[in-house]
Amino acid sequence: MLRIAVQAADFAPGEALDALAALGGGGIGCFLGVVRPPVACLTLEHYPGMTEAAMRRIAEAAVARFDLLGCVVIHRVGRLAPGERIVLAAAAAAHRGAALEATAFLIDWLKTDAPFWKKERLEGGEERWVEARAADVAARKGWGV
Amino acid sequence: MAIRVLYFAWLRERVGMPEESVAPPPDIATVGALADWLAARDAAHAAAFAEPGCVRAAVNQDFADRSAPVAPGDEVAFFPPVTGG
Repeated sequence: MLRIAVQAADFAPGEALDALAALGGGGIGCFLGVVRPPVACLTLEHYPGMTEAAMRRIAEAAVARFDLLGCVVIHRVGRLAPGERIVLAAAAAAHRGAALEATAFLIDWLKTDAPFWKKERLEGGEERWVEARAADVAARKGWGV
Repeated sequence: MAIRVLYFAWLRERVGMPEESVAPPPDIATVGALADWLAARDAAHAAAFAEPGCVRAAVNQDFADRSAPVAPGDEVAFFPPVTGG
């Protein structure tokens, strides 16, 4: 089971996890990304069409590599306030090791291989595009693919 | 047939438009050559492409490097390194 979504609307993490739990595996791994201060407003832009295709490739790679029963990747776009959910990556597997590793793989790849861009407005009013972090690229390379 | 060029994030802001249709001369046959040709169009394009090390590209919605071929009918996007997740 693969569920890929790019959407402006919020999502219900519990529903996504319940759907994964219903697949009969023994473990569900989950990463939930949230907007945090001092960011007053986060605006997410993406490349419609390419984004969904890239997310599907990432999810299919995770399913194959970790023998997953299913995974869910939901990424929001548009304007988000502190405390709002940005992204959910979750994976269901027979055991916890694969579920947790696959979750880390999904979010590491999502950060470097899916065409999203974040612009943040700080509490003082300053606006800036978030720069890619060398640590994210290193984390992605660490998976050796 | 023209090449459809898309811009995202600060490249979009600097160029001043999200997309345009261009018809470069036939010797413009790679992503890098197209970027250099676009940068020479006007000050706004020059500003967008001023830091080549910070510009990434996709051809027909797949990531591509400067040596990747481009041809009429292609969709070519230019954008900064991605920052999702």
